Amino acid sequence: MIIIDILSWICLILGCILCMIGGLGLLRLPDFYSRMHGGGITDTLGAGLVLLGLMFQGGLTMVTVKLVMILVILLLTSPTSTHAVGKAAFTSGLKPFLSDPANKGKNEHD
Amino acid sequence: MRYISMSIVAFAIWLLWSGHYTFDHTLILILGILSCGFVVYLVSRLDIVDEEGIQINLARHLIVYIPWLLWAIFKANIDVAKRILNPKLPIAPRIVRVKGTQKTDLCRVIFANSITLTPGTVSLDLDEEEIVVHALTEEAADDVQSGDMDHRVTTLEQ
Repeated sequence: MIIIDILSWICLILGCILCMIGGLGLLRLPDFYSRMHGGGITDTLGAGLVLLGLMFQGGLTMVTVKLVMILVILLLTSPTSTHAVGKAAFTSGLKPFLSDPANKGKNEHD
Repeated sequence: MRYISMSIVAFAIWLLWSGHYTFDHTLILILGILSCGFVVYLVSRLDIVDEEGIQINLARHLIVYIPWLLWAIFKANIDVAKRILNPKLPIAPRIVRVKGTQKTDLCRVIFANSITLTPGTVSLDLDEEEIVVHALTEEAADDVQSGDMDHRVTTLEQ
């Protein structure tokens, strides 16, 4: 029982740290597009580890089934919403910050 | 036929959500069945059920694909987290075009969503052949351009 508690807390704490790193990424990264990557950490591994930690607490019960469904729904909807936001910015012509000037001509869109 | 299977799936999910799968609360069960039936009626009135449905074959391939995707997400997360914490912020954002060889709409969406789920790459736009991807680093761009993920999603169609 104590082992499950330890595993659960490791997951919860790591998940919280990753969520904070995601938030830090939102502040540190230079432009809109690269900030979406920072948010991606919070969406995937951050939320995933917090939910996994809670599943260890829930054990083999209905609670865990519901937590799994929350994780599945999160993994389906978060990339969709990220794509919607990114596409809106891309089609409305927001220019991304590109670090490497030598690559600029080759990689920039139309 | 499609509406019958939809009712069954809706009721199974209702059972899962509510946790009332005994006959202790018959009234709640009856209300659940009625609400599922009502939802299916509304959906049939709205005419929003697509023709494609879900292929049974896909589920078999997903068993292999999902663990691989989770592992890829894990690796990419660690990489991006390290770069954010690095005081020098070693990023090199770029926009690349990736060929998607999937034929069905469903698999194209799975591919684009997988790209976005992996931190370090976000799909910005997709047309018939290509997906426009914003990559945070050169490694992430090379990774998605290597076609490994594309190949794995394409095998989902078989």
